[in-house]
Amino acid sequence: MRFVDEFRDADKARMLSHRIAELCEPGRQYKFMEVCGGHTHTIYKHGLEDYLPESVRLVHGPGCPVCVLPMGRVDDDIAIAEQHAVIMTTFGDMMRVPGGRGSFFDSNAAGADIRMVYSPLDSLKIARRNPDRRVVFMAIGMETTAPSTAMTVLRAHAEGLTNFSIFCNHVTIIPAIKAILDSPDMRLDGFIGPGHVSTVVGCRPYEYISRDYHKPLVCAGFEPLDILQSVYQLMLQVSEGRCEVENQYARVVPWNGNAKALRVIGEVMELRPFFEWRGLGFISQSALQVREKYAAYDAERIFSVPGVRVADPKACQCGEVLKGVLRPWECKVFGTACTPETPIGTCMVSSEGACAAYYNFGRFTRERVKEATRT
Amino acid sequence: MCLGIPGEIVELLADREDFAMVSVAGVKRVVNIGLLEDEELAAGDWILIHVGFALSKIDEAEAAHSIRMLEGMGQAYTDELIALAQSDLGAER
Repeated sequence: MRFVDEFRDADKARMLSHRIAELCEPGRQYKFMEVCGGHTHTIYKHGLEDYLPESVRLVHGPGCPVCVLPMGRVDDDIAIAEQHAVIMTTFGDMMRVPGGRGSFFDSNAAGADIRMVYSPLDSLKIARRNPDRRVVFMAIGMETTAPSTAMTVLRAHAEGLTNFSIFCNHVTIIPAIKAILDSPDMRLDGFIGPGHVSTVVGCRPYEYISRDYHKPLVCAGFEPLDILQSVYQLMLQVSEGRCEVENQYARVVPWNGNAKALRVIGEVMELRPFFEWRGLGFISQSALQVREKYAAYDAERIFSVPGVRVADPKACQCGEVLKGVLRPWECKVFGTACTPETPIGTCMVSSEGACAAYYNFGRFTRERVKEATRT
Repeated sequence: MCLGIPGEIVELLADREDFAMVSVAGVKRVVNIGLLEDEELAAGDWILIHVGFALSKIDEAEAAHSIRMLEGMGQAYTDELIALAQSDLGAER
């Protein structure tokens, strides 16, 4: 319990830990998936698994948008960046993500104009200042960032900007959770629901999980105590035979979400028939594309995009990690060939990726990683 | 990209629809508040900011907890603050 002193209230953590243990039926194993990469980060940083009985296991889900982006989409983005007069703009998280032909950093070094931005509004500003260039924003993220992209497109439209577009890679979390529930190799007892995504979508979209799949879900905050409290609520539901959607993070997440944010997403974007997720394969209606009405802002319509599917490197097991089938250190290249400095897979790139979080904060030091991966 | 950073509204910008001056980690930044049109916002209110947009209104205690947790994150939070500092949404043109 290495991080115990950092807790806001260590006594509360111990009490929750004790109450969770009390709810465990002897001989039964419990498995809960935390969907969001932010939760994975907290779990590893604070060593939360040490607070749980051995029979309660947390598995990491597909809630890190950088991690689930297939390599082919990185290549597509670079292909756009290399076209005439293009300035490609992207969040810093994306720069080191390896595609089949290298990363954004590599492409930038080779001469493409790829710039890091903090906000899509920064891209818009670059477009205004460079009227003779074609500025593309590499839009990525779940429902947390999709409203910002939509607002930016609406602003570009209102201003009549003609040299701004987005390469839309926004994904939606609900179909991915459904894909995991439908996956035969995954037996879960419930979900720790995402925090920030839920500020936009609210808690209602998760109701099918309890209604149709009879699994509980608790939307959780990002502090260590939030996560322990959510595990306790899940355990309580399981022990009482309930399966409901509960909101542990009500201090930030409204039950009905953010109506304006949902409205602007709906105005600018629509569901794609299908989209590829790293590790999960093609999932129908799991991502967003720009509506016909805003085609002038859709890089996929404006530029020629190769759209080639690129298989992950053989050694990379991000797919299994993203589905929760493998834990990060069980991957063959974890901490050896694949590190945050030289990532092979996406889970090691993003700070919210399960592998990077485990590598940076896990109780495995680099030496112990080597020991653990030597089989 | 996925981090929500708390900021305190310093001033609603009367001359710029959807924007407010917000204090984030002691630095004043212009932030888009257009997604919170259903909320009543005023100087002194705390908001959670994602990629330059306020996504939710939070209370001061929640903001304090979030800031403390983010500070404990180390590099990821530092990077996000640097990116936010370099972003200049205040300059419209």
